[in-house]
Formats: sequence, structure tokens, C-alpha cells
Amino acid sequence: MRRLVLALLCGSAVSLAFAGVAVTDDAAQWGPYKVGDKRSGYTFAQPETRAIQEDDFENPAFLLVDAAAELWETAEGEAGKSCADCHEDVESMKGVGTRYPIYFEPWGKLMNVEQRINQCRVDNMKAEPWKYESDALLGMTMLVKLQSRGMPMEVSIDGPAAPFYEKGKAFYEERRGQLDMACAHCHVDNAGTMLRANLLTQGQPNGFPTYRLKWQKAGSLHRRLRGCNKQVRAKPFKAGSDEYVNLELYISHRANGLPVETPAVRN
Amino acid sequence: MITRIIASLAALSVSLGFCITAALAEEMVAYKVVDDIEIQDSLTGKPGDPAQGRKLAIDRKLGNCLACHSLPIPEQQFHGETGPDLAGVGSRLTPGEIRLRVVNPKLVNPDTMMPAFYRVTGLNRVMKDFAGKPILTAEQVEDVVAYLMTLKED
Repeated sequence: MRRLVLALLCGSAVSLAFAGVAVTDDAAQWGPYKVGDKRSGYTFAQPETRAIQEDDFENPAFLLVDAAAELWETAEGEAGKSCADCHEDVESMKGVGTRYPIYFEPWGKLMNVEQRINQCRVDNMKAEPWKYESDALLGMTMLVKLQSRGMPMEVSIDGPAAPFYEKGKAFYEERRGQLDMACAHCHVDNAGTMLRANLLTQGQPNGFPTYRLKWQKAGSLHRRLRGCNKQVRAKPFKAGSDEYVNLELYISHRANGLPVETPAVRN
Repeated sequence: MITRIIASLAALSVSLGFCITAALAEEMVAYKVVDDIEIQDSLTGKPGDPAQGRKLAIDRKLGNCLACHSLPIPEQQFHGETGPDLAGVGSRLTPGEIRLRVVNPKLVNPDTMMPAFYRVTGLNRVMKDFAGKPILTAEQVEDVVAYLMTLKED
């Protein structure tokens, strides 16, 4: 209440919007973006931000998605094959975005969509892998996940994935950095409250890769995780590292039931 | 009565030329926790400057108390909500109790989200630029304590 009064006194449109989000936490309003207690980052975003996500022509991430649609048809590597030569229309990727990361037997560990794309490039196309945060890999990851847009996340943590899930969970709950905070402190214990000017979300990953206004660019989940780690003044891990893929499994399973929103738009 | 003595870091490694010492902003001051509830003595032996402490509470790179707490600082638009409102805290706690909570609140509540502002050990994967350094210097801790003590109940 004190916050609300303060915001009103300041008379700023920004603070009014924040207060608005805080007081309109209504299950009916959010449709598929709220499942039980799980809330997509969409429900924490400003109305203007949500409007960009709702219009694919306004969402700048689609520049990379459109470029990836061309890459899908383009033969590369010594095998002289394109994605389409084996997978035909990209619609064949429907459902993939709901299931990853998966346990990948030949590696004896987890694999996310970015790594699946590169594994296919190297092993089947005999092409160079794309760099993790490159436009090509971001675009192709978004194109693949886009085929599952609206489908509920249903990541499995059974069988051989189980120990990696446990590692991801331990990471999520482990304090780190000079600020000595765990992911859970903000995104479980305090989701929905203000951290100064920022509204803390549940940290749900179902919209990644996402167009982030702060970045003025589309970016990967692992880029976001690096940013989070740096905010608590902790050494980040590399994008694509085992630590982050394990964490990706934990938070993706936590998002089970929420719709795939890739490419979402976030603050 | 339980008394904890936290040893100060020795300047021993200076002669070894290791970067650990170069990274220290200052030598950590020893302090004594009394009855598990307060650090009675000023870390600097002097009272802090409340005006400076107020600035530190606002500064996003230093105290940044406003990240989590509401404070009677009306010119700052955004105040955090994850921690308790600190208006009137100077009437509710003693200076020693506030000092302990700024220095290392985990000695009061091991599960708290709040960082220890004067601690360099027992931390996990601290970024290189911050390794071996407390968030606030001893002098800055005293400034924040002095500021918070000015916040009296009406």
C-alpha cells in the first residue's frame, strides 16, 4: 500500500504500470500464461511489452527467425545437405521445443536445442557448429521452438536425466557471488515483489530465446543466466556449459505446463 | 554468553606478492559479536556520518539498501519490497543490533536473503573484481549504521 501511494504521488506512468501489474494478479486475466501457481514472464511484463510479443510483425526477434527459415533450406558442410533435406518442412519440429533439454545417450549427459542443432550440423551435415550466441544459432533455435508455440512445456526428468535434474536443482538453491544469493531467493521466495525498479518474476524459461528490450536484441537463456549470476557478483559459467544445461533442465521442468512462447519479448 | 571473534586478515601475503592481497580494498577489521545479538563497538572506533550513510543507501553500486527496503527517501522513486520497511528502525534496534545486521545478517538469520556487507570469506564463486573485498568498507558500514539510527518512529 505504501508503495502504491508513493507511486501515485510520483505520478509517473512507469510506476503506475508497475503498481497495475501488482494489483491485477488475476488467474482469469492471464489465460494460458498462468497455470496453477506458475506464471510466465509474460504476466509480469508491461502491457506495451506484451503487445510487441503479440504481434510477430512488431517482434524484432522475427528478423532472426526469418533468416533461419532461409538457412533451413540452405545446404552447408561437406555432406552438401540442408536441414530440409532430412527434416523436410520445419513444421516437422513441432513438439521439440516442449521436451528439451533431453538426456543424450552418446554424450552421457544432457543436450539442449542449441546443442542438438549443432550436433546435427557437425555429425550429419559435416558443417562447422555455430557459436552459441550467434545470430544463426539464436535464429535456428527460435525457429525450431516456434513450431511448438502455445504447446505446454513437458520436459522429462525421469531415468538417466534424473541426476542432472538434481544438479540443476542444487545450482538453483546454492548461494553464490559477493551478494551471496541463490536463484530461489528472488524467483521463488520473492517473485512478484519489487527489487527497486524491477518486478521480480518467477524466472520461467518458456519464452527463450527471447527478444529482450534491455539488450535490444534476441538472446539465449544462457545469456540471461550469465546476467543473473553477474548481478549477484558471481563468476558466470560459459553459455552451453554443463552447469547451465543442468540448470536449464531444472527450470524448464519447473515451467512444465506453461506454453512455449519463443520468441517472447521481455524487459 | 557466546562471543565470536572474527580474525582480521593478516597482511602476511604481501611479501609473497600474490594478487589476493592486492585485491583487498582494506584490511578487514576484527569485530566481536556480543550475546549473538549485536556488535557493540564501531568498526572504525568512531561514529559514522549519517549524511554519507544516506547516500550509500541510495547508491546502486554500494549500499543499495533501496534495492530491497523501503526507506524515508522520498526523492528516490523506486523502493524495494523484498526486505522489511526500515522507517523507524532506529527506534526498534540498538546501534549494535543494526551493525550486526549490516556486517553479517546471517549471524542473526542463517536463511536470510540479505547479503553480508562486511564479509570476505565463506562465499561461493565471487567475481574476480570483487573477490576478497567486502561490499562496504568498515567506514561505510559505520556511515550506514549512523544513518539508520536517525530513522526514529514518529
